[in-house]
Amino acid sequence: MSQLSERPAQAVVGVPLPHESAALHVTGEALYTDDLVVRTRDVLHAYPVQSPHAHARILDLRVKPAYDVPGVVRVLTSDDVPGINDAGVKHDEPLFPDTEVMFHGHAICWVLGETLEAARLGAAAVEVEYEELPSLVTVREAIAAGNFQGTGRHLEHGDVESALSEAVHVFQGEFEFAGQEHFYLETHCALALVDEGGQIFVQSSTQHPSETQEIVAHVLGVASHAVTVQCLRMGGGFGGKEMQPHGFAAIAALGATLTGRPVRLRLNRTQDVTMSGKRHGFHSRWRAGFDDEGRIVALDATLTADGGWSLDLSEPVLARAMCHIDNAYWIPNVRVDGQIAKTNKTSQTAFRGFGGPQGMLVIEDLLGRCAPLLGYDAMELRRRNLYQPGHTTPYGQPVRHAERLEACWSEVLSNGEIARRQEEIARFNAEHPNRKRALAATPVKFGISFNLTAFNQAGALVHVYKDGSVLINHGGTEMGQGLHTKMLQVAATTLGVPLERVRLAPTRTDKVPNTSATAASSGADLNGAAIKNACEQIRERLEQVAGGRLGISPHDVRFVDGIARGLSGDGVPWEEIVHSAYHQRVQLWAAGFYRTEGLHWDANAMHGEPFKYFAYGVAASEVEVDGFTGGYTLRRVDIVHDVGDSLSPLIDVGQIEGGFVQGAGWLTLEDLRWDESDGPNRGRLATQAASTYKLPSFSEMPQVFNVHLLEKAHEDGAVYGSKAVGEPPLMLAFSVREALRQAAAAFGPAGTSVDLPSPATPEAVFWALEKARSVQPALSLSGV
Amino acid sequence: MSTHLKVNGADVSLDGAGVHTTTLDWLRDRGLTGAKEGCAEGECGACSILVARPGIDSPTEWTAINACLVPVAALDGQEVITSEGLGTSSALHPVQQEMAVRGGSQCGFCTPGFVCSMAAEFYRPTRTACTGDGEHGPNGFDLHALSGNLCRCTGYRPIRDAAYALGEPDVDDKLAARQAAAPPPAAVTRVVSGDSEFVRPARLSDVLDILAESPEAKVVAGSTDMGVEVNLRGVRSPLVVAVDRLSELREFEVSDDQIRIGAALTLTEIERMLAGRVPLLEQMFPQFASRLIRNGATIGGNLGTGSPIGDTPPALLALDAQLVLASRRGERVVALADYFTGYRQTLKSPDELIRAILVPRPLAPLTAFHKIAKRRFDDISSVAVGYALDVVDGIVREARIGLGGVAATPLRATATEQALIGRPWTERTVREAAAVMATEGTPMDDHRASASYRSAMLGQSLLRFHAQQLDVEEVSA
Repeated sequence: MSQLSERPAQAVVGVPLPHESAALHVTGEALYTDDLVVRTRDVLHAYPVQSPHAHARILDLRVKPAYDVPGVVRVLTSDDVPGINDAGVKHDEPLFPDTEVMFHGHAICWVLGETLEAARLGAAAVEVEYEELPSLVTVREAIAAGNFQGTGRHLEHGDVESALSEAVHVFQGEFEFAGQEHFYLETHCALALVDEGGQIFVQSSTQHPSETQEIVAHVLGVASHAVTVQCLRMGGGFGGKEMQPHGFAAIAALGATLTGRPVRLRLNRTQDVTMSGKRHGFHSRWRAGFDDEGRIVALDATLTADGGWSLDLSEPVLARAMCHIDNAYWIPNVRVDGQIAKTNKTSQTAFRGFGGPQGMLVIEDLLGRCAPLLGYDAMELRRRNLYQPGHTTPYGQPVRHAERLEACWSEVLSNGEIARRQEEIARFNAEHPNRKRALAATPVKFGISFNLTAFNQAGALVHVYKDGSVLINHGGTEMGQGLHTKMLQVAATTLGVPLERVRLAPTRTDKVPNTSATAASSGADLNGAAIKNACEQIRERLEQVAGGRLGISPHDVRFVDGIARGLSGDGVPWEEIVHSAYHQRVQLWAAGFYRTEGLHWDANAMHGEPFKYFAYGVAASEVEVDGFTGGYTLRRVDIVHDVGDSLSPLIDVGQIEGGFVQGAGWLTLEDLRWDESDGPNRGRLATQAASTYKLPSFSEMPQVFNVHLLEKAHEDGAVYGSKAVGEPPLMLAFSVREALRQAAAAFGPAGTSVDLPSPATPEAVFWALEKARSVQPALSLSGV
Repeated sequence: MSTHLKVNGADVSLDGAGVHTTTLDWLRDRGLTGAKEGCAEGECGACSILVARPGIDSPTEWTAINACLVPVAALDGQEVITSEGLGTSSALHPVQQEMAVRGGSQCGFCTPGFVCSMAAEFYRPTRTACTGDGEHGPNGFDLHALSGNLCRCTGYRPIRDAAYALGEPDVDDKLAARQAAAPPPAAVTRVVSGDSEFVRPARLSDVLDILAESPEAKVVAGSTDMGVEVNLRGVRSPLVVAVDRLSELREFEVSDDQIRIGAALTLTEIERMLAGRVPLLEQMFPQFASRLIRNGATIGGNLGTGSPIGDTPPALLALDAQLVLASRRGERVVALADYFTGYRQTLKSPDELIRAILVPRPLAPLTAFHKIAKRRFDDISSVAVGYALDVVDGIVREARIGLGGVAATPLRATATEQALIGRPWTERTVREAAAVMATEGTPMDDHRASASYRSAMLGQSLLRFHAQQLDVEEVSA
């Protein structure tokens, strides 16, 4: 057991606690960025002028009519940018596009008004003259036109061609699947003002305050130390606020510096959905070989990510997709080529799983389609291909704790009474010609750490005040995932004080600098270790003080529940030790730092050990499909998931359930529809509102939902033996999609292979089951 | 005229509020930022608040509505409670307590809205303990109360558990006590801002006078449609006339030969007043938008918009309903089947108002409502079908089938009806009629569904309806 992972007796970590802000959430007292506007004087409101074309040259921009609208104060255009006119880090994302708009909804300029209504009317008055240009709206169009961006990647292991030529069964297929809108309930929002001394203070709903700070600084042409970014909390992030908030914060900051007044930029839902990036849709083409025992022996795949109009995070998203195409399966011979299509759509970005789900969907879809053709039950086929101890991934990383896959799998089978229910389902299906049920189990193996090694660092700042109260700061942001709750538990555990003694201050760039995004599920791993480091420095100093006071060696001092004790005898309250320490001129605060050890990654060769560890899980889902409509219900879900030794079990179960339902939404319901016609609205997103883009609601919640944390799952080398939990459970939802595939197949003869689009909406399921119904038994065994 | 609104027990002046200022924006401008804007179209429920409305089972009922849709002027003289008014972080309301300790909040942004919707159900006078089923807790909590609230974080399970764990209000619960007293009366309101005017007249005759003189006036009841126009499309009607509290529009009478439903009754009120007397409508109600919308939306409003995808027209067409249209010129009764004349166009002239809906009795014995949508709770129909059949001695004597979502207007499936009437109610007849039904209307492709799926669903719907009559167990609702 490493020092980092070792958990003391009576630890505050591991106790199931509600979210630290729960009481503020339920009363509406919790403040989000836009709630600060009413608490700020003389705020101006920003409203964008958006392009009505997917791709066009800007011939003329006339902003003067906006100034004729009462209440309009200023129109911001590219001429106003004192620094770099770019909202990203790749310099391909002009903040104000002054020559060319690249997607339907692209913001050309922003109007500032005394009221939002004035700004809106001002934006409507701005005149823009366009010359329409040819556009590429779908990934297929981009592939056909050879329109790619960024660096393509190649990952290879073994000898794919020989393995395919020797394989008993070879299948090939193509699969294009949709992206996903984040639909955090809180849309993008920033509130900027200029402080005394010219400091620019930006409150932003951002997962990456340090990068928001950097982009604001480079747009304004000032040094980073002149900009402070604070994030109180977010109303959901899911990756959508990792890169996307920066430009909006920069607009607000630019407006504040030019007018001298606070500027609020809050997107309404339509603006948010039409302007900000989403999960990448992908196109894939593959060949796969199997041996006689159903073991996959080779995979050759090409993945094309639909990147949208600029690069954003598409390159690392693609890299993670390629590193996860194996999901939980050992494939001895693998070749994956990856590329990024450039299309006239929003610039797609991070979204929970960050490419991992897209890579894994390809192999799960492939196995689901091939199982009937190989004559295997899909569950059996998946189980036989699971990684075993000693195996290595295609990019060369040993699959440590692979035995946990089998442990999760067998626990799901027994918790879920799968064998009994399979019999029930068979009986039910035989008796019901118009309704079919099916049960599918799928595994998850997900690599934890940023693929880019440099991001795997974090800082913290911990203060102990003279009265013994503790204030912690760290670089991570709270978006609902419970990070702050866990961090409070870590600090209380390390210092050995009751949780009530510790308070957490909002995330600010002037407290902890140069932070990484709260992303890649790594928030608790990185920031928790940094807080632990800071707290240990303070605790060690206080052990010296307590040792002197108790007359024992400092090595024998233990702080437990706010009392310093030796191995025996009376203790002294924490507050008294702190008080003494102050008078002995002992430093009562510390900066903590952490970097993940043992990572190495060659991004060009796509080889190395990019991940600290893997998170594992298995889900089994049962669905019922209505043969008249294709409509379905999710009857029961059983999950066993590996979170290591949980830091906060109530939080972790919440992450697993929520991630699962969000994943099921992506795969079965949420439907991004761009206008792909040649009509006047080409490139417009047709599903740009809650009324047309449907998220899971109560009706999609599994009727029975059992979640168990894998036991005896200590993770050596991570803070207090825990594991990351934010992203991996999303991919447990593959089990829902595979169950739908099997239920649709059950309308046809045994052995029917079903192709299922993604998302598998009721309409998609209906056409799939109609096709299955029309299959003649003899035809069902032909190739994919 | 002085206007005011009681918010969390305190009187607050409405002076200065604009005609098109939403209740949500007005509350937030006053520092009550608990209610949030998530979608501004009544789909997410993050703005949910409680309003003291005339009750059905107690004098007043706390009713949850979407604050983003309702102009604050429409609440003149009323009482509202927000999440801040239910409890504070140091003294949580029972609903807040359950949500907090069970992990019902993650990011917390949707939470105040969930809390208000849940509180309304907590206080529902008719909520009583039951055995529970897929959509009801052992405490009688109806999960549909939360169908208009979206959460992107939790996956809903802990929210359901919180709802199902609620007990009864304490004996000294002030909000429960408030329900026993009379509701605030409707105020007579006139608000002017800029070029716009909001009026709430006292009598129907006043409204009809306004419509006669200003036919461009926008008539508003629950504002669930107009609110979307205001928020998403920037529509700023110069004259808004509120009719939702007119007693002449809130009549409800059941006689031997008809049921008369006042046009300004909300879908929730009608559901509770009918209490299952019209099984076809009973099937329709839970599929109509969400509880938050049904609490505001009126049946007259749903017909008044003339939308081809409203959920009441297919049901009411099958029921052979009629409309009472009122104007200063008098009243007339028109058949709903004749009412829709084109895309969002109707027989109703600009000076007319829908006063009531008449449903003739006796009702046909075989009825059903089928709604095809991507999502089961709170979605807009791809296709909706209402059935009312009379089968005597195995022969179809009468058949009325109403369709929505497959043409520019709601319509009757007349060719299908003809293919059924006079023929035996057998699988063979149904298969042949289903083939006819699949050709009804002129469905189109859009983001909700393809034209071919819509056509297929028409045919499948009749097969499913027939199968439902044969074997209740076989077909899920």
